[in-house]
Amino acid sequence: MADTKTIEPKAPALVRAWDWITETQIWTSIFRHTAPINDRNRVLVMLSNVFLHMHPVRLRKSGVRLRYTWCMGGISFFLFLVLTFTGLLLMFYYRPTLEYAYSDIVGLREHVPLGIMREMHRWGAHAMVITVWLHMFRVFMTGSYKPPREFNWNVGVIMLVLTLLLSFTGYLLPWDQLAIWAITVGSNMARATPFLGHEGPGFQLMRLGDVQLVHAADDARFALLGGTLVGEGALLRFYVLHCVALPLVIGFLMAVHFWRVRKDGGISGPL
Amino acid sequence: MDAIKGFIDLFADPRLFFTISVVALVLIVWKREAWASNSWGWGMMVFLAIFFAFGLTDENFNKIITKPDNVPIVALIFLLVFFTWYSVREGVRNDQRIAAGKEPIEKEEEDRVWTWPDLVYTELIAMVVCMVILIVWSIGLEAPIEQPANNANTPNPSKAPWYFLGLQEMLVYYDPWLAGVVLPSLIIVGLMAIPYVDKNPKGNGYYTFVERKAEIVIFLFGFIILWNSLIVLGTFLRGPNWNFFGPFEYWDVHKLEALTSVQLSDYIWVRGLGMALPENPLVRESFGILLTLVYVFVLPVALAKKGLSRYYEKLGPTRFYVTVTLFLAMLSLPVKMLLRWLFNLKYVVSIPEYFFNI
Repeated sequence: MADTKTIEPKAPALVRAWDWITETQIWTSIFRHTAPINDRNRVLVMLSNVFLHMHPVRLRKSGVRLRYTWCMGGISFFLFLVLTFTGLLLMFYYRPTLEYAYSDIVGLREHVPLGIMREMHRWGAHAMVITVWLHMFRVFMTGSYKPPREFNWNVGVIMLVLTLLLSFTGYLLPWDQLAIWAITVGSNMARATPFLGHEGPGFQLMRLGDVQLVHAADDARFALLGGTLVGEGALLRFYVLHCVALPLVIGFLMAVHFWRVRKDGGISGPL
Repeated sequence: MDAIKGFIDLFADPRLFFTISVVALVLIVWKREAWASNSWGWGMMVFLAIFFAFGLTDENFNKIITKPDNVPIVALIFLLVFFTWYSVREGVRNDQRIAAGKEPIEKEEEDRVWTWPDLVYTELIAMVVCMVILIVWSIGLEAPIEQPANNANTPNPSKAPWYFLGLQEMLVYYDPWLAGVVLPSLIIVGLMAIPYVDKNPKGNGYYTFVERKAEIVIFLFGFIILWNSLIVLGTFLRGPNWNFFGPFEYWDVHKLEALTSVQLSDYIWVRGLGMALPENPLVRESFGILLTLVYVFVLPVALAKKGLSRYYEKLGPTRFYVTVTLFLAMLSLPVKMLLRWLFNLKYVVSIPEYFFNI
């Protein structure tokens, strides 16, 4: 019998190309293991990837169910990322001064073709307020704030306040009638702060001898607005708070929040 | 058609609106097993859809709900109704399982699954869906931009951003130092206190109603009625001069509302005792101050002795007094509303000299 030669069927070109790419030194230097199609690699992918490592390797089945989580926390975080990105793009165009603020916003509409960054930023911000509320609603209804997660609920409450403040400070930046009067109505409250507002109960007590310490040009509202009315000082203050200070704080708290979710036993479930 | 609109306008009056919301909450909690059915869930969503579709055909209502910044609140109404229904339904289901001697559904889902692929793919799909919704929304609806800011031209009505409209609505009943500063601070403090005053070990990590009745009822009352329904009221039903307008009513700047608000001191000195108001504000307001002190300091103690003594024993003095104080602060809003609606009472304590009105 003549020797028969067996020829391996050739893999399709795309598969061969893929195999070749994933064997290059560049690829293997980025991904230390092959695709997560077996249990070992499913562990490795969570441990070796910086973006995935906030997840556990395995989690409760209810933790991946929309029925249980509503996905609202995750969506809030996602919206925060969208807002950071679109906000960054808006910062290229926008100048927080009385002279330019309004015309820059109008310019975004008039001059940027297909521009929906401002829309995405505004609607995303409204949506984030709603998803944060719904997230807290879910956490309450499943009793997930109970021990050992008391502290993380508190971190969440602070982030709720920060979310509202972020939205509030951003509301002023278009510098139109809608913006300035919404902020005026909102910040007028500070005028009535007990002891610290110049129309608050007990402000007369804040005096040194004859010197009245709290008055219209020196009270809680003034500190918030950098002026006696919503003007240039307020615009700059709100801009800096909106673009730098508050995002930094809420970003820091998010890290704490996610870390504590893991350390407190992952997504909640029956004890 | 006009009759239907007039009928709805009538029911949207803050007094009826608030009362109906409270009655609805009571009914939901009481008849929750019936309410938890799918037909109720679907029915409510369809009803809301029909209501808003019908509303779009009305000139005045259309103007309010298609205002770009109000669109999220229309979405919020749908989402809140759905998720309230949904969480109560899941609670009812678990309660039925527990009553039958089984464990909550979440206990059966305790098995671990791999994060890759189960979770990361869910996250990916959620991200894509959200992105699509956001992009479609952004293309379809332009962000509002009005006339340039002008400090000399006050729009009527001037409204805070929508998420603060519940607080702005509180201004009808309380002065800014309470509605804008003290009570919002207490909301934050109250939220933060929840995990520390709630000693009930049950219902941790699964939906339930029966095991956490009081907690859930109080939370729903605060979140749905006091926070969100007042936002809806403030957004859709408050027009020029913060007057009430039904959803189908034209926002007439010249609408006149009879303001016959009376102070408690008027009631007592002038109408009750038939005397002139005393000069000294402290004497004049002594009854109101006494009443406030009783509400804040005596009532909690009285409730600990009688009425809520069961909770006093369960929670211990510190947790009990913190809880009751915060709870009474929350209730002070509906209490003030009722006093206003029933007796036209403006202030319990009124010392405008010191900006001290309660």
